[in-house]
Parts: sequence; C-alpha cells; structure tokens
Amino acid sequence: MGAVRPNEESFAVNATAGNLEALEASLLAEIAAAADEAAIEAVRVSALGKKGSVSEMLKTLGAMSAEERQVKGPAINGLKNRVTEALTQRKAELKDVAIAARLAAEKVDVTLPVRQSPAERGRIHPISQVIDEIAAIFGDLGFSIAEGPDIETDHYNFTALNFPEGHPAREMHDTFFFQPDEKGERKLLRTHTSPVQIRTMERQKPPIRIVIPGKTYRQDSDATHSPMFHQVEGLVIDRSANIANMKWVLEEFCKAFFEVPSVKMRFRPSFFPFTEPSLEVDIQCDRSRPGEVRFGEGSDWMEILGCGMVHPNVLRYGGLDPDEYQGFAWGMGIDRIAMLKYGMPDLRAFFDADVRWLSHYGFRPLDLPTLFGGLSA
Amino acid sequence: MKFTLSWLKDHLETDASLAEIVERLTAIGLEVEHVDDKAGLKPFVIAKVLTAVQHPDADRLRVLTVDTGNGKPPVQVVCGAPNARAGLIGAFAAPATYVPGIDVTLSVGKIRGVESHGMMCSERELQISDEHNGIIDLPEDAPVGTSFAAYAHLDDPVIEINLTPNRPDATSVYGIARDLAASGLGRLTGGAIMPHAGQDLCPVKVTIEAPELCPGFALRLVKGVKNGPSPKWLQQRLIAIGLRPISALVDITNYVTFDRGRPLHVFDAKKVAGNLVVRRARDGEKVLALDGREYTLTPEMCVIADDNGVESIAGIMGGEHSGCDENTTDVLIESALWDPITTARTGRALGIITDARYRFERGVDPEFMVPGVELATKLVLDFCGGTPSEIEVAGYAGHKPMIVSFPLPEVKRLTGIEVPKEETLGILTRLGFEPQGSGDLLKVTVPSWRPDIDGKADLVEEVMRIHGVDNIAPQPLTSHDAVNGKILTTLQVRTRAAKRALAVRGMMEAVTWSFIPAKHAELFGGGQTALKLANPIAADMSDMRPSLLPGLIAAAQRNADRGIGDVALFEVSGTYEGDLADQQRRVAAGVRRGTAKLEGSGRSWAGNAGPVGVFDAKADAIAALEACGAPVDRLQIEPGGPAWYHPGRSGTIKLGPKTVLGTFGEFHPKTLDGLDASGPICGFEVFVDAVPEPKAKPTRTKPKLELSPFQAVKRDFAFVVERTVEAGTLVRAALAADKKLVTGVSVFDVFEGASLGEAKKSIAIEVSIQPVEKTLTDEDFEALAKRIVDNVNKQTGGVLRA
Repeated sequence: MGAVRPNEESFAVNATAGNLEALEASLLAEIAAAADEAAIEAVRVSALGKKGSVSEMLKTLGAMSAEERQVKGPAINGLKNRVTEALTQRKAELKDVAIAARLAAEKVDVTLPVRQSPAERGRIHPISQVIDEIAAIFGDLGFSIAEGPDIETDHYNFTALNFPEGHPAREMHDTFFFQPDEKGERKLLRTHTSPVQIRTMERQKPPIRIVIPGKTYRQDSDATHSPMFHQVEGLVIDRSANIANMKWVLEEFCKAFFEVPSVKMRFRPSFFPFTEPSLEVDIQCDRSRPGEVRFGEGSDWMEILGCGMVHPNVLRYGGLDPDEYQGFAWGMGIDRIAMLKYGMPDLRAFFDADVRWLSHYGFRPLDLPTLFGGLSA
Repeated sequence: MKFTLSWLKDHLETDASLAEIVERLTAIGLEVEHVDDKAGLKPFVIAKVLTAVQHPDADRLRVLTVDTGNGKPPVQVVCGAPNARAGLIGAFAAPATYVPGIDVTLSVGKIRGVESHGMMCSERELQISDEHNGIIDLPEDAPVGTSFAAYAHLDDPVIEINLTPNRPDATSVYGIARDLAASGLGRLTGGAIMPHAGQDLCPVKVTIEAPELCPGFALRLVKGVKNGPSPKWLQQRLIAIGLRPISALVDITNYVTFDRGRPLHVFDAKKVAGNLVVRRARDGEKVLALDGREYTLTPEMCVIADDNGVESIAGIMGGEHSGCDENTTDVLIESALWDPITTARTGRALGIITDARYRFERGVDPEFMVPGVELATKLVLDFCGGTPSEIEVAGYAGHKPMIVSFPLPEVKRLTGIEVPKEETLGILTRLGFEPQGSGDLLKVTVPSWRPDIDGKADLVEEVMRIHGVDNIAPQPLTSHDAVNGKILTTLQVRTRAAKRALAVRGMMEAVTWSFIPAKHAELFGGGQTALKLANPIAADMSDMRPSLLPGLIAAAQRNADRGIGDVALFEVSGTYEGDLADQQRRVAAGVRRGTAKLEGSGRSWAGNAGPVGVFDAKADAIAALEACGAPVDRLQIEPGGPAWYHPGRSGTIKLGPKTVLGTFGEFHPKTLDGLDASGPICGFEVFVDAVPEPKAKPTRTKPKLELSPFQAVKRDFAFVVERTVEAGTLVRAALAADKKLVTGVSVFDVFEGASLGEAKKSIAIEVSIQPVEKTLTDEDFEALAKRIVDNVNKQTGGVLRA
C-alpha cells in the first residue's frame, strides 16, 4: 500500500486522458505487487469499492455533457474492465502459488517401503497345488474327483483288491494297524487310495471315471519314503475301456501335467495284485543337468506310475460282472510327481512346515491351476 | 536277479547284441535295472616284464621295463610288488587309465625320482578279488598286448533285472531265456537233463511231519566224492553275479539255483545222524546256520532235523553242523518244495535273505524237484566223481496243472489290439503253455513253473507282453454324458476355497502328520484306544489326531525355534473322531504366532504389528467359513471354547443352537506347556463338513438389485452397560430396533473408566440407516433413535451415555 498514489479528489475532478492513464498504471502496479489474497482485496476495494477511485470516476459521467460522455465513458469503462481482469488474473495466480506451496509442504518420501500384500505372503502347499493341477486336467477329460477315509478295513484295502492272504503288504512291517476290536478285526491306515475304487463301484454303476487323490500310509521313512504320503489314483470302468484308451489318457495327462508338447512314454509289463494285465510307465526325461529334470526330452527314463486293467476279482468285489464291465486303473505318488516337476530334493521337508521351505516351494494363493491359464504359468 | 551274457547264451541261441537283449528284457516285463558291461576292465592289457632292477633310492621298489605288445617300445614302470620280476606276465595299465581298486586315474609321474609310465596291477586293484600280495602273475602263454579281461573271461557283461514277485520262473537264467526265445529273440537250448541210475536205495529216509509246509522232498546220496574247488568257468560266473565260490559241492547248489531257479541243499552225509524229518520247529529251538549265526526258532517255522536236532531252516539256510567241506566224501543232495508264505515269514522273522528264500517265497516249479537233483548229480559226478543212489522222494503227490478257458477275442477286448490267432498260439506255446481246441475258445494248460496264471486276463497279459506293448496305439477315450457331471463335490470345492481364502490372508499351508504324540492327542480331546496305532513308526507318531491344532502349534514352535517367531500357518485336512468312515472330519485350522497379523508382522515405520490375539483368530475363522459358503450373517458367537483354549479369550461359532461350525481363541497356558510351545499364539478350527449344503437353485439368475433413491445416513450412539454385557447382544438389539430402516451396526469404541461407574463399560455404535419410502424427517429420526435406545435398554440394560 505504500505505493505512490495520486490524490483521489483531483482524479475525480479531472478525468483527463492523462489522469486515466496514470490511474491505470498505478492500479495495475498495485495488483501485480499484491502478495496475497488480502492485498488483492484491498486493491479491489480501493479501485472498485463504493468509494473506490475507478467507481468515483464512473460517478463523474453523470454530470458530463453527452459529447464529453461519449469520449470519456468508454475510456473510464475500459479502465474498469482492465482493472477487473487484472484483479481476477492475479487472484488465480496467487491461488496457484498457494496450492503449490501447500503441496510442496506435503511432500513425503515415497521410497519408504509399504507392507507386502497378504495375498503375496500366503502360500499354498505344493501337494495342494499339484492336486488342483491334476483335477484341472482330469476334469477336462470328463473325470470327477472321489475321496475316501484314511482309516480303512482289511477288506477294502487288501481283500477286495485281490491281495492274497500272506501278502507281505498285509504284515505289520509294511502297514500301520490299529488294535484289534472285540471281533478280532483290526482297522488299518490305507496303504493306497485304491479302496476308494471299491467304495465307488459299490455306490455307482458304470460308466465310472474318477480320480482319487489322498493321504496314504506305509511303514517307511527315508529321503524318498515317508510314513505318510500322497497318492492319486484313476479308475475308468465301462463296457469297452481298454489298454489303448489307458495309454491315451496317461499320455494326455503327462503332457498336460509336465507342460510339454509331447512326451515319450514306455509301458513295461509289470505286476500288481489288483490289475491284470499290469504295466509300469516310464517317462522320457533329461537328467544331465544337476538338480534339474526336463521332461519330453533327453534319453533317460524315469518310472512315474503303475497301471493296468482292473483285475476281474476286483470288479467282482465291487459288485460288477467282469464279462460285462471292464476298465483300467492307475496310480502314482503326488509327492513324487511334485518333486519331479518342481525339483524339491527331499520328501521329508514336505511335512515339516518350515516357512522358509513353504515360501520357496509353495504357490501364491491366486495362482489357480487352470487349463486356459496354464497349469503353473 | 543277476546273470551274465555268456550264461544266458547257454540257454539262448541268438545273434542279438547285448543292447537288443537288454531292451527286449525290459519290453517283455523283465525290467533291466543295471548292466555292467565290464568296460572298466577294457584298458588293461597283458604285458611282459622284460627287466627288473632295484630302484636307486628305495629299497622296496623296482624299476621295470615292460613290453605292452603290439610292437610298441617297452615302457618304464616303477613297481613295489614283491613278485615283480623279469619274465613275469601280468595286467598293465597305461597312463590315463582309471584303476578302480585304488580309485585313481594314472598319469606319468616320478616315484622317488624315477619316471613311471603306467602300472602293473594286482587283482584287488582291478577289483576282481581281494588278492593284493603281489601283481597278477599269468601263465607264460598269455598273449602279450591283448585284453586282460578277455583272456581272464572277465569281460562277460552282467545283467541285473528287477523281478516282479509274480514271476518265479524268471528267477532262473533258463526261464529268462525262455521268455526271450518266446519273444523271437533266439532259440531256447540246453534244457535237457538225463536221469542217473542209482546203485542202491538212498540210505537216509525222509519223514514229512508237516505236509502243509512241505508238499515234496527229494534226496539222493552220492558216495565217494572229492570236494575241491569248482571249475574256473563256474567260479567266474558266481563271482560275476556277486557270489563267493566255496567248494564244488556248494557252488553246484548255487549254480542250479540261478541256472534253473531250483534251490538245493547239500548235507555231509557222515554228519547226518539217522533219518531226516521235516517238522515244525519247537518253540525256542536253536540252530547254528551256515552264516555262522545262531537262530532261535518258533513253531511257525519249518525245519529239517535228524537225530542230532535241527540241520536246516527249511527253504532258507542250512545248518553249520551238517554242511559240506573239503573233507566231505559222501553228500546228500536235497531238493524240496516249501510253502511260500511260511518261507517268507520265517525269513523275515529271522532277518535272513538268501537266494533260496527269494525263490521259495515266490514258488518254485514243483515238477523240477526231481530234475533238479538229476542236474546237481550230473555236476557232482563231473566235478567230484562218486556214485549216486536212487532218489528218495517223499510227500510229492504230483502237479495238477491249471487249465484256463481262454476266448481269443479277450485279447482285443482288454488291450484294444488284434493279435492274429497264429501268433497268439505261437506265443503261448513258446512260453510252455499248451493251448487246445479249435475256433475262438481255447483250453490252455498252464505250465508248472507259472503259478501266477489263473485266469484269462493273465493269458492276455502273456500275449500282450510278448507281442509287444509298444504295438498298442493310444486311442482317445470317448466322452460319456453319464459321467460328465460335477467334477468336485461341495466338500471338495469348500476345501479348496478355504485353502485359497486362508492363504490370501497371508497364511502358509502346512501339511502335518495325521498321527501325533499321545500326549498331544489327549490335550485336544483325543487319545482313545480305537485311534492308537498298534505299530507306530515312532513313539511320538502314535495317535490319530483329534484336531489339526496340536500339529500346527508344534509346527509354529519349530519355526520359532529356528528363529522365525512370526508365523501364520494353516491346514485343511482330516481329523479323526473314531475309526469309522464317517468319523473322519474335514477341518480348516490355522494358527498365528508372534506378531503375524493379517497386515503384516514385525516393526514398520508406519506402525509396529502388535501381538496376535483372539480377534485375529476370529477373523480367520470367519473368513474360512465365508469361503466355505457358510451364512456368515446368521452365525452366532458364543463366549468360551473347548478346554484347550483360554477360557476368557476364546469363542465358539454356531449356526442355530446345535451346529458348531468352529472355535477360535488364544490357548490355555497348560495347552502350550503340554506342547512345549510358547506364545503369543492364537488359532482356530472350522468344521468344513458341518457347513450346510447349499440349497439347490432352479436358476443361476441373481435376485433383482433394488437401489433406494434416498440417501443413507449414519448416526452414532454410546451406551453405558454392565461390564458383562456382550457387544454382540447390544448390536443385535440395535439391529432389531427397526429391521426395515437399520441396515448395519458397527462398534467403533469400547472403553471402561472410573467415570462410568463401578463394573460399567461404554460401547459406542454407528448405526446405518437406509430410508426406503421417503426421506426421513427430524421427527422420524427422533422416533427411530428412541426405538434403538429403548430396545438396547430392554435387551442389555444399557443407557445412552450422557
């Protein structure tokens, strides 16, 4: 406000061209010099307020002759408009400056770390993930998932699966038993998921297409054997399912599971009590790189599963006529194929719940295995 | 089962290479596990020592010049063997050769200042025996410059097959040759056995007191034998398959065991007192066996005894007392049949693994019992001389062959491939089966060496494996409408959903043992007899778990003991209430330890995570239930839970008065003590199988969305209530005050203070109000607020805070 200011009275009286110019220059200078909104407001009042210098000058128009008004009217109104505009513009400038200052004061260090999303921290165990992968593949092939109890009877675990009396698997050194009941019957922990084959046949007429994942138990413990492990088993029963179909199903599975365009498989005649003919299957792989197995290439063979045509006695135990119905079954270790695919070296670590292991070998919660999104992509 | 290539060729006339034979064996079900082609011995050549002089700087070393043949100049070799001398012919290893016995690859080096360009080897250095008293010393006519292995017949490749338990016939080289011949890889030979006429009856008689354990027994005496070492070729074959040659008589029994799958035993007749009797062992009866160890027997075991006592553990191992040695002049050759199951159990109980047991527990060919004696007799006479007696045969009723009815189309039905009838008949015949009949239905007589064949499916396997599994082309499985139903059951869907939901909450999925220590099971309401294993693999894996929590708490503690105290673990798996199929539950459970909160654990510039507690567990439990499709808005939370929880910091989640869906809370200090665990720790269990099945819906269309045009508003109320009043009751009272307008109630503040009065607390709630028909007036709000305050007062005794 300390700017040189011409006498208001003299302007009012003498609205000469020179005076108007001087007033405009003076006001614009004041506007430009206003440093905040209050200063701007003071300038506005001094110029455009009731008694403001420009307002006073406008008042003189009334007393003028028409000719004089014609000349001075536009000049004074022009002055008013230019001052008004300068005020608006300066006000906007000051607002921008104020915002910029506030924002500058609000600056934070964005390099400070944030907490990781829980969805990134959580993990799905490889066994669950591989079971989901298996379900995705076989679901697409028209299979459903079946389950059964861990605590089984001798009938479902052995007899109905055509294990002869005296078979070594029926001994205490192979199988976990419970204490005998009043009738002398002792329950056991299933040694394979195959009892579910019989339970399904008893419940459901063919056609049957199921895969059975689950926990299994045997008296065994080292780097590749665990007293508790996981198996997945498949069963197809209808009036025509044969070994040629079985080869197709297993090849489709292996390609999909190991995520390779093609894979060589070797079917070797073998022996299981519950299938006849029985086969073991080796899969082509390359083990030349230490700690890594590649499938669908190389010249090594690795055994991955056992399979065969369901034994006529097993069909009979399931209540089916082996001359009317036929089918095939296969079984493999979930932990084993998980180890082969994802490279965990030691089975025992699967059951230790070491969060370092789970974090490394586990899967992120939203990595849902699907055929359309890639099983493990 | 191990054998050598040359041994196989005794019985298989073939031009096939080793590689072809190996590939075919695996293809027909005799999986080759290992082939040792003796390549390691190939670099060793026969060489002659030309000169041998004392090493200038070492008393015990000599410097040799050695002629390695093939016109090459002699090489200088430094040698420490005492028998190194000019003129010796031995086995030479040139520099760069790997010497297996010392695990060294040779290089040219100086020994005490004298250069040595290779090595003259001992037998031990070549790993062909333990002999190391000197270097190999060959006869003068050994051809210098040729392969030592070939000269010494050590180049015979050894093949080891992994035999399935159903194939006793393939425990013999002859049986393996038969399979290969049947598959078209050559011609089966060398099977004929000539009987020997005996001079007299066998003077030792056999009585079978336990015919159920011994369906046949044959015995022959050969008098006047001389028991020395067996011929070199036989010794070499036994060494090649890992057996130690002992004497001609013993080596013959081993040879026949492997050659024809017919285990034999030889007694020194002079050490046998009286006649032989086959009987069950007496309880506690002892025998010193040929392995030099004493075994204590039980009546479940079968023995051969004489007047002195037990002379042999039937089918497993002979006794030391009546064994043959270099002084044996009269030998009794035993060839018997033993019950497979008894043999297996006895062997397992005594911990004895022998080649005899291996065969008897699979089942030896009953019709080869007597021919086995004849074959052994021939070898005894050839190697040791002597005069045979007649063969004494006891108990053998003859073999009644199995006849299988075999419709030829069965091959196509089960395998999907057509095998011409001619080929099918040829395969079966070459394997020793006798197919009879015309047309498509055959009667097939099964040979005595194939006890595994008892139905038409077995014959399909025979045809398939010999015809070639590779000839079966994969055929797609056609789709079946009838089975294309739901892939997963509701329980399976919920199991998967619960896992993903808990993992999304930052928890890691553990898979813990189904069996836990008895003490842990008891702490969680388990430990009943029906769920105790009779033969646990370890004492602390004895009881089927009644809950997933003890395993998870122990797992969290293991991580804490490794220095990672902030862990969040979950598991969705089975627990066991009893041993029946429907007493296995499907449970989702989790624990959080330390500061492993949902948002994160440990310290942060933005605020440190506090210790976990009951509400963390409650949130997890409800999240799991939501994922399982439980009606979350209808759940009731009751204070308190099972005894393993903190009584004041635990809750039970119910649906209706009876259905318990889960429990959550912090743990009782005694529970943690019992598990050797420490906190802060909280956990929950949710019974996935208790969540009601969803109602079947006639349509997938969602109900129409109704949006109110009127603005929703929020109003706060603070009530002073008795300290014992549960917030849940107050919230329900506020909600019930106007079921139409009140759409939500949240608790935003709870505190206790002296200003409120003795044993009082304040609960502040925010009530969401959604007008439905019109905008509410001030009077409407007044009226609604009064209804809320009145209902809260009625249900809880609470009054609006001044």
